[in-house]
Amino acid sequence: MEALLGVVIGALFASGFFLLLRRRLGHLIIGIGLLTNATNLLVFVASGISRGGAPLIAADASTPPAGSADPLPQALVLTAIVIGFGVLAFFMALAYRAFRSVGTDELDTLITTDRLEGDVRMAASRLASIAQEWAPDVRRTNASSSGEADQ
Amino acid sequence: MAVQRAFGIAGPAGLLIAGIALLIVVERDGVQASQMGDWPAPFGITLVADLLSAIMVVLGGLVGTAAAVYSLATVDKRRARYGYYSLFNLLLMGVSGAFLTGDIFNMFVWFEVMLISSFVLVALGGERPQIEGAVKYVSLNLVASALFLTGAGLIYAMAGSLNIADLSQRIPELESQGLVTAVSMLFLVAFGIKAAAFPLYFWLPASYHTPPSDVSALFSGLLTKVGVYALIRVFSLIFVQDVGITHTIILSIAGLTMLSGVLGAIAQFDFRRILSFHIVSQIGYMLMGLGLFTPLGLAGGIFYLVHHILVKTALFLVSGAVRQLHGTLSLQSLGGLYRSQPLLAILFAASAASLAGIPPLSGFIAKFVLVRAGLAAESYVIVGVALLVSLLTVFSMTKIWTEVFWKPAPPGQDNVVTPVPVSRMKMAYLLLPTATLVLLSVMLGIGAGPALDLAQRAAEQLLNPAEYVEAVLGARP
Repeated sequence: MEALLGVVIGALFASGFFLLLRRRLGHLIIGIGLLTNATNLLVFVASGISRGGAPLIAADASTPPAGSADPLPQALVLTAIVIGFGVLAFFMALAYRAFRSVGTDELDTLITTDRLEGDVRMAASRLASIAQEWAPDVRRTNASSSGEADQ
Repeated sequence: MAVQRAFGIAGPAGLLIAGIALLIVVERDGVQASQMGDWPAPFGITLVADLLSAIMVVLGGLVGTAAAVYSLATVDKRRARYGYYSLFNLLLMGVSGAFLTGDIFNMFVWFEVMLISSFVLVALGGERPQIEGAVKYVSLNLVASALFLTGAGLIYAMAGSLNIADLSQRIPELESQGLVTAVSMLFLVAFGIKAAAFPLYFWLPASYHTPPSDVSALFSGLLTKVGVYALIRVFSLIFVQDVGITHTIILSIAGLTMLSGVLGAIAQFDFRRILSFHIVSQIGYMLMGLGLFTPLGLAGGIFYLVHHILVKTALFLVSGAVRQLHGTLSLQSLGGLYRSQPLLAILFAASAASLAGIPPLSGFIAKFVLVRAGLAAESYVIVGVALLVSLLTVFSMTKIWTEVFWKPAPPGQDNVVTPVPVSRMKMAYLLLPTATLVLLSVMLGIGAGPALDLAQRAAEQLLNPAEYVEAVLGARP
């Protein structure tokens, strides 16, 4: 059972990461969902799967009876599932907003904040003004075209 | 609205006061621990405060208070109505929880509290750049969380405990130390993403410059530092069996982080994006302290952490004030601020010089200690990189200085927004927290003796976990 679950977890991780590497927003969300669930399963299997009894401690004992299941991973998984669910719901809402404001779910279009466009223009105008300073008689068209060539 | 504002300020201020009280107690009586729900130590959730945690909580309160006062001038009605102040406080709660917890899974939960509120804060306002930044920020941080949880699950499978103090006792007794090192790499990647270390930092420069300046100041001061804190905590208490491998990796990551961050900054022409790249490069210095793993190195790293939180927040606050005044942060359309806002210029100059490490400011002391620790440990390469990076830092700080403050205001370009009139009251809200932070960082540089002393004691506590372990496990009834 554990070996089987191990394979399942591995497959979930693999497909989760594969989807993360795709360029679609939708794939990204599903990938993250798979990844969270793979993690949850892994934590669940962490202490081994057993058909143990409920870990209830009898009134006169201080430890649970032998052969009872480890309750901790289940508690952890429950917390992790709730957190993962909430965060994923937020991410879907965010993705919808991104889709609305960008108009496509292509991740490659989400790069306007990384561009250096204005800066290239600035560098060009700087070069043009330096050229003007050093060779004032060169005509302005020449200076600006040399600036553009340097981009 | 007024009630929200009052609570928005009272929360961080209360945190600051509680943090200082905690620091005083920890400084006097040693490590403090408290068992939540009265479950004895390895079973229940423990909150522990050693010197490092207490210092971090104080800084959290400080940055929170500064950013909250600052946001009185910058937060509009719309963002306030959608819960800006509540999220702000929720974020601080998550951050301090992560600093104080003594349980790995609990740390995961605090991380998530912190992340979900930061997600909303990044996206609140809903402009297109914000949404774009938020998508990148959210997806990478979710991957980091998944990896962190995987690591926590595996460590529970191996050692049967999640309590950090308990783990530091159990891990050395395990047979398969190779497996422990492998799991430690999962933690390194997970916290490395959150701390924005090389090569996992790309989300930071892509998203930190998009939200309004109050939010990005808070983030730059605190969020990545939580990742660094977690790395220090985990790699000084739990994963210390194979220092030759793990800490050498951390050291090389530190060098690459410094270098790539600063080189990224040089290519940028936007005030806040330069600052964002500098966060990355500074993270490298903190990791260098951890990677050296000597008392002096760790003390230097902690001192650097303190210095960086103060200075970086101040710089981001200055950039926000510039944006309030001129409506843009592009270096080409700014200029002449030295003439129109001399106080702002002085604040920027002081913190930029401190960031670059010019004596006698705090950055100089921090770098000096780190370099000395590096020389003592005979890691000459990292020392060389650290010195080179600090030179390059001067270069890009000078770039901001000349473009924004010194050069005359660019005449009549079409993309210059006419200065927005800012009322006197608003200006006070903008300048007061910034000035306080700058003043504190200058004081940290001049009165470095006691501060460094404290950092050294914090480092010693980290290197000899006996006191920490005893405070947590010895508290068993």
